[in-house]
Amino acid sequence: MTEATNSTLLTHSAGLHARPTLKLTILAKTFAAKIELAVKPEGPWIDAKSVVKVMAMKAPKGSTLHFRASGDKAEEAVAAIVALVDRDFDEAAEGEKAAHG
Amino acid sequence: MSANVGIVIVSHSPKVAEGAADMVRQMVGAEVPVAWTGGNPDGGLGTSVPAIIEAIDKAWSDSGVAILVDLGGAETNSEMAVEMLDQDRQGKVVVCNAPIVEGAVIAAAEAASGASLADVKKTAEELSPQ
Repeated sequence: MTEATNSTLLTHSAGLHARPTLKLTILAKTFAAKIELAVKPEGPWIDAKSVVKVMAMKAPKGSTLHFRASGDKAEEAVAAIVALVDRDFDEAAEGEKAAHG
Repeated sequence: MSANVGIVIVSHSPKVAEGAADMVRQMVGAEVPVAWTGGNPDGGLGTSVPAIIEAIDKAWSDSGVAILVDLGGAETNSEMAVEMLDQDRQGKVVVCNAPIVEGAVIAAAEAASGASLADVKKTAEELSPQ
């Protein structure tokens, strides 16, 4: 059983809206580990694999996202998700026309 | 490769159904089979059982198919379409009690992870008021 934590700044212009949330949860679901995120280091911790729960957080731009994972490949999972957030969810090339996605 | 659960969108309006399918493809991706149907054969609003069966065939996956519907007849016609499938396919098709657009996107996101049909349905239904 391994555990991992990390945090990063959410810079996406729309915050954790639909498309970023979908990308995050789809990536989280590729790992077997339990993965959670929070906007405060003390929680509440939200299941990173639940689109509905993550969207309900409504984390705005400028939030610090905290991640923690436990189980198989926990460290890899946290690293992959932090990398996705830091890459701005790979949306740079997708343009501004759908900025409210 | 494992086959992901397919998604069928059934609206009274072909524009709603096609638009919801576009959202699934653009927001989730092509790894989830998606089909849509909407409108009656005369070009008006409505749903048609044969068209729903065709959509189920198009989105077919051995892991199953989740159907998202809008109002009334879309649901009853979808249930009728399921009943008209071969016995061995009937158990692999479910109608979700979830909002059509959001439900389709979230069901597809769940399906993209290789989730079971039961989990796809459950996740979509988390959107409905309890």
